[in-house]
Amino acid sequence: MFGNRNRVIPRARGLSWTTVIATLGALTLGGCAGTAPDAPDDATPGGELIVFAAASLTEAFDALAEAFTADHPDADVILNLAGSQVLASQINDGAPADVFAAADPFQMQQVGEAGNLAADAEVFATNRLMIAVEPGNPLGIHGLADLADPELVLVLPAEEVPAGRYARDVLEAAGVSVTPSSLERDVRATRSRVALGEADAAIVYASDVAAAGVEVEGVEIAAADNVVAMYPIAPVADGRNPTTAEAFVAFILAEDGQRILASHGFGARSDAPGSSDTSDEPEA
Amino acid sequence: MMRTTRRTARGGSGGPIVRSAGVAPPRTATLLGLVALALLLLPLAGLLVRTPWAGLGTLLTDPSVLRALRLSLLSSFAALALSTILGVPLALVFARYDFPGKAVVRALAVLPMVLPPVVGGVGLLAAFGRRGIVGGPIERLTGVSVPFTPVAVVLAATFVAMPFLIVTVESGLRLLDHRLEDAAATLGADRWTILRRVVLPLLLPSLAAGMALCWARALGEFGATITFAGNLPGRTQTMPLAVYLELERSPDAAYLLSFVLLLVSVVVLVALRDRFLRVA
Repeated sequence: MFGNRNRVIPRARGLSWTTVIATLGALTLGGCAGTAPDAPDDATPGGELIVFAAASLTEAFDALAEAFTADHPDADVILNLAGSQVLASQINDGAPADVFAAADPFQMQQVGEAGNLAADAEVFATNRLMIAVEPGNPLGIHGLADLADPELVLVLPAEEVPAGRYARDVLEAAGVSVTPSSLERDVRATRSRVALGEADAAIVYASDVAAAGVEVEGVEIAAADNVVAMYPIAPVADGRNPTTAEAFVAFILAEDGQRILASHGFGARSDAPGSSDTSDEPEA
Repeated sequence: MMRTTRRTARGGSGGPIVRSAGVAPPRTATLLGLVALALLLLPLAGLLVRTPWAGLGTLLTDPSVLRALRLSLLSSFAALALSTILGVPLALVFARYDFPGKAVVRALAVLPMVLPPVVGGVGLLAAFGRRGIVGGPIERLTGVSVPFTPVAVVLAATFVAMPFLIVTVESGLRLLDHRLEDAAATLGADRWTILRRVVLPLLLPSLAAGMALCWARALGEFGATITFAGNLPGRTQTMPLAVYLELERSPDAAYLLSFVLLLVSVVVLVALRDRFLRVA
């Protein structure tokens, strides 16, 4: 439920012992990432690709990994899902990663400044905040102002995680003061409070509402008050599988990848502030 | 008897390595024991090395840290009190009664010791949450809901920590010399008197050990707490929760918080130990 989740796509092969040992070794000794014996030598994408992705990307990256491995049957995508900050410090502590997809440019910058990115990061998706309520919206919540009710059991992501910072900004911009019952460790834990019926409302990402299916219902936040959260992606320096890492990043930035992200409730990368609308401009 | 054991355990500090009573372990066992010691101490050493000491002063005056520390101490001692008041009687029942299905009931009662605490938290929600089998009716009748309150913090800590007290006290009870109780009974003492004047005084060492384990487990409780009680500074955010969230923002502060938690638990455990064992 928290910490890292590892998934192997398409077929569960589990984390190989070499990976586990390399990770442990790298985390303990710091900085000296292990060299795997099964790294491919040729230039075609394939082999094991370790992708560190923010928790809010869980379902979208499951789908992206599946589509990618359909195109490249020799590739095995292993997802390590956790909060962006946790992932950033794991990479900076030498955990073996090939690609890093963060929910926050700041975390990507941390990795970049430590010299651990193989190329400049690019925004691959955007997200916006939404109010999650119980199915059928029994309390009739229609916007941020309704969250001020002190009787309402409201749950927010903690300010330590990006979604929590955005939620605070959005509430401040709208001039709404709230009395949350809990500040959750990540956006998924926040959402599950509403899904489990313990909270009446929560502020989460639009993509979290989309991924929840019928468990929660989303209430839009007025665009004027809302934020645009940017998700950057980059290949990690010293990755064991740079060819496949590059191919995976390119796949996500291209049309197929963008369509999958959109179907999971993410905004287009061209929605990012300061982005020129030509979304396919080549990387500098 | 306790006093002698204690003196032996104390002896040797500062002096040469002296083997205490009994046969010395094989050399391999000693070596493996040292490996175990290294495994247990290295993470602590790592914490100490990485802790940025310069920040300790500012951290200890930070109101949010003090709130978390205060809540941790209050809730862990509340959980200890609750565990003692309820757990000792349960240990007595387990030690002194036989009933069909006892093995299963006993196993279920101490299951929280091996259950992932997060699962325990989900279970607590299913029982005492707004839609829980007990919490639901309570909320409909009284409007009171348990999750996200300090009561939930205490319940979560009690749920994971009480089994440690139960198993320790129960094994202590089994080791008692029953003849002393029988003698007290033949002299006309009633059950309460026997419990108070004979059983509990003899039980004190295992009770103290069980209480120390229980309190330490309650203090470090994380998974069930964050799942069942949520995280709100000053209300349900205990030190372990503060450490976890601080790790997201500033690992340095997280190291310091961990160190403070470590220090507090060592101080309390040493104090408890001295106090209780000296009485015994």
